[in-house]
Amino acid sequence: MALGFFSRLKEGLTRSTQKLTTGITTVFTRRKLDDAALEELEELLIAADLGPAAASHIIEEFRRSKFGKDVTDEEVKQSLAEEIAAILAPVAQPLVIDRALRPHVVLVVGVNGTGKTTTIGKLALQYQQQGLRPILVAGDTFRAAAVEQLQVWGSRTGAVVVSGPPNADAAGLAYDALTRARNEGADVLLIDTAGRLHNKAALMEELAKIIRVLQKQDPTAPHSVLLVLDATTGQNAIEQVRVFSDLVAVTGLVVTKLDGSARGGIVVALAQAFGLPVHAVGVGEQAGDLRPFEAMDFARGLVGAS
Amino acid sequence: MFDTLSGKLSGVFDRLRSRGALNEADIADALREVRLALLEADVALPVVRDFINTVRERSLGAEVLESVSPGQLVIKIVNDVLIEALGGAGAVPLNLNVAAPVPILMVGLQGSGKTTTSGKIALRLFKRDRKRVLLASLDTQRPAAQLQLQQLAQQAGVASLPIIAGQTPVEIARRAMDTGRREVFDVVILDTAGRLSIDQALMDEVRAIREATSPAETLLVVDAMTGQDAVNTARAFNEAVGVTGIVMTRMDGDARGGAALSMRQITGAPIKLTGSGEKLDALEEFHPERVAGRILGMGDIVGLVERASETVDQDEAEKLARKMARGTFDLDDYAKQLKQITKMGSLSGILGMLPGIGKMKAQIEDANLDQGILKRQAAIISSMTMKERRTPDVIKASRKKRIAAGSGTSVQEVNRLLKQFDDMSTMMKRMTKLGQKGLMRQGMGALMPKQQQNRRPY
Ligand SMILES: Nc1nc2c(ncn2[C@@H]2O[C@H](COP(=O)(O)OP(=O)(O)OP(=O)(O)O)[C@@H](O)[C@H]2O)c(=O)[nH]1
Ligand SMILES: Nc1nc2c(ncn2[C@@H]2O[C@H](COP(=O)(O)OP(=O)(O)O)[C@@H](O)[C@H]2O)c(=O)[nH]1
Ligand SMILES: [Mg+2]
Ligand SMILES: [Mg+2]
Repeated sequence: MALGFFSRLKEGLTRSTQKLTTGITTVFTRRKLDDAALEELEELLIAADLGPAAASHIIEEFRRSKFGKDVTDEEVKQSLAEEIAAILAPVAQPLVIDRALRPHVVLVVGVNGTGKTTTIGKLALQYQQQGLRPILVAGDTFRAAAVEQLQVWGSRTGAVVVSGPPNADAAGLAYDALTRARNEGADVLLIDTAGRLHNKAALMEELAKIIRVLQKQDPTAPHSVLLVLDATTGQNAIEQVRVFSDLVAVTGLVVTKLDGSARGGIVVALAQAFGLPVHAVGVGEQAGDLRPFEAMDFARGLVGAS
Repeated sequence: MFDTLSGKLSGVFDRLRSRGALNEADIADALREVRLALLEADVALPVVRDFINTVRERSLGAEVLESVSPGQLVIKIVNDVLIEALGGAGAVPLNLNVAAPVPILMVGLQGSGKTTTSGKIALRLFKRDRKRVLLASLDTQRPAAQLQLQQLAQQAGVASLPIIAGQTPVEIARRAMDTGRREVFDVVILDTAGRLSIDQALMDEVRAIREATSPAETLLVVDAMTGQDAVNTARAFNEAVGVTGIVMTRMDGDARGGAALSMRQITGAPIKLTGSGEKLDALEEFHPERVAGRILGMGDIVGLVERASETVDQDEAEKLARKMARGTFDLDDYAKQLKQITKMGSLSGILGMLPGIGKMKAQIEDANLDQGILKRQAAIISSMTMKERRTPDVIKASRKKRIAAGSGTSVQEVNRLLKQFDDMSTMMKRMTKLGQKGLMRQGMGALMPKQQQNRRPY
């Protein structure tokens, strides 16, 4: 386990799962795992945003192996966490930057306000620390002060920021930035985009255009398309992943705001439905607040196992 | 993905032939479906429980009349309870009834839409109510947040508080109110940094801001996509600062919006406004009946129709309506119609123009088409020959393939379009046959082809 992994996340999760924990504790101290207990357990999962379908699926698995047994609180948490971790393990994959690409092009997309720009700032710091040279592209040419926001991240992390005038064509900007990154031999090109709702066809088409234009220069670009999800999002996250994947071939997810009280249980449903890698989680607003996604830790946090 | 609640419920009640009062056993299955629908719509679990209890109480002993099925009756009860829980009929306006400058405090989680909404409210108060508005950003946390609000103020044509680096949020709040008094502003909107409900230090800070400014309105800005965490957020902010109103943003998305019910139930505060886009004019009153339909998966039909009447060219619409009535409406007309309604989003818009239908808007099932589909449909029609548009019957497999390829869509989509056009034509023929009186008496149900009456909207 990475050093300091989840230290902040854990803090948040501990607090956020206190209720869930207490719930499980009260449900399962000295109690037989019967229908009523399983139902309550299912509700605890629903309250963590797993969604009724995923929650019921997990509980059914659980019923098969544990029904009627006398179980302690710790056992229930442990095996429930294992059940969930088994679902999450295949998707816990870091984003690996291919140093040979120069640049590895990462397009960052998502609905409004999920944390795209912040995540780019955090990634930029990580890459700098790994001795890689990132270039950031202020591809949100729409929202007020979005360019300036990314420029602040550039100066915080020491990364170069490529930007254009307000309302400039994001695809053209991305194209120019790629030219520059290739010329300068940058390792990573992190392209920020304006937040957009997946049900807006015209805005989604803009993203597709960015990709088409990048491919004129490098047919293999973008090498990664990161969809940034907000952990407070409920069942709509499924639609987000479905539509973004359909239209811009998402290669991985980043889940933000896990330092709050939202538990991000939707990740479990997403892992079951799509199996897309979850590369990292955001646990705060500072540059250092990005962590790898680790299945067992996340699962234990989710159910409040110690 | 999921069928609408109405579809499921009529399934549940299909085997129920009995008439008379509903009993406990009758409604248990139905309530299970209601519960599931609410959870899928992101209504928070404790709120769902209360809601189900209310519906159960009201359903028990309710008389099933000849004219409605038990399923319809339960739907009606669910819908009624939901609308009441969301605040009943009518929107609640912002309270500006204190001495000027009136402080409005914006609070919420990171990225929920506070800054944008501040700009939207400023624009509305300035444009519609001719108020002098001052926008002040207390967000010293997010990079370029103060600049963001300043730029929005410029877009809205209102003043913003000059940015002074290094001031604390409370200091900025005091300065904003001082400026508001000195320069005789009517309203001062205080935009704050996003904060997590569990962040004690920042929750204390917002409390201090509130104490320093005594806002007339403390608006909690919430994303319509919010899941179960809505309860925690609502409770924490309400306890810390006493929420007086809720703004639901991103209603232009396709989230079912169950957080609206959770928020309203936990805080007891009315939902006052909704955000329906990124631009500053995308601010609307909250309509409980529309959001109820949305939560139940029945689509925000009335909203679409209302938007329709604002955007559609009235003359053109009447011309097309006449063509419909004559039964000479072809795919070319349909394409024209698509162009017109791309902005507003639904076919129900055209139907809303027809005499006698206006009152039945809510029953028009065929809503919820998103703009993407409409655009693709327009592309499909433009890939057809003149002959194909006039007489769609000639479009068989090979033509479908050609049209799909030409429009960058799939044969399935071409089929869907043709089916839809077909349904529409059938509907129109029935409509003409029934005449206005028949329509009033039998409702929209009379128009729907039989097998389609319980079909879910797209
Ligand atoms: N607590 C917390 N806040 C975060 C995290 N990630 C981002 N934020 C905050 O969420 C808000 C939105 O973040 P942005 O990075 O601007 O999000 P975005 O997706 O670029 O937003 P738009 O470009 O406006 O669509 C900011 O206030 C960030 O500070 C996180 O992991 N934890
Ligand atoms: N589609 C849509 N986007 C919105 C709406 N309200 C805000 N946004 C977007 O959400 C993002 C975050 O908004 P912002 O006002 O900066 O949130 P804040 O962090 O709470 O101040 C921005 O990209 C806004 O353009 C809305 O009603 N609909
Ligand atoms: Mg951004
Ligand atoms: Mg803001």
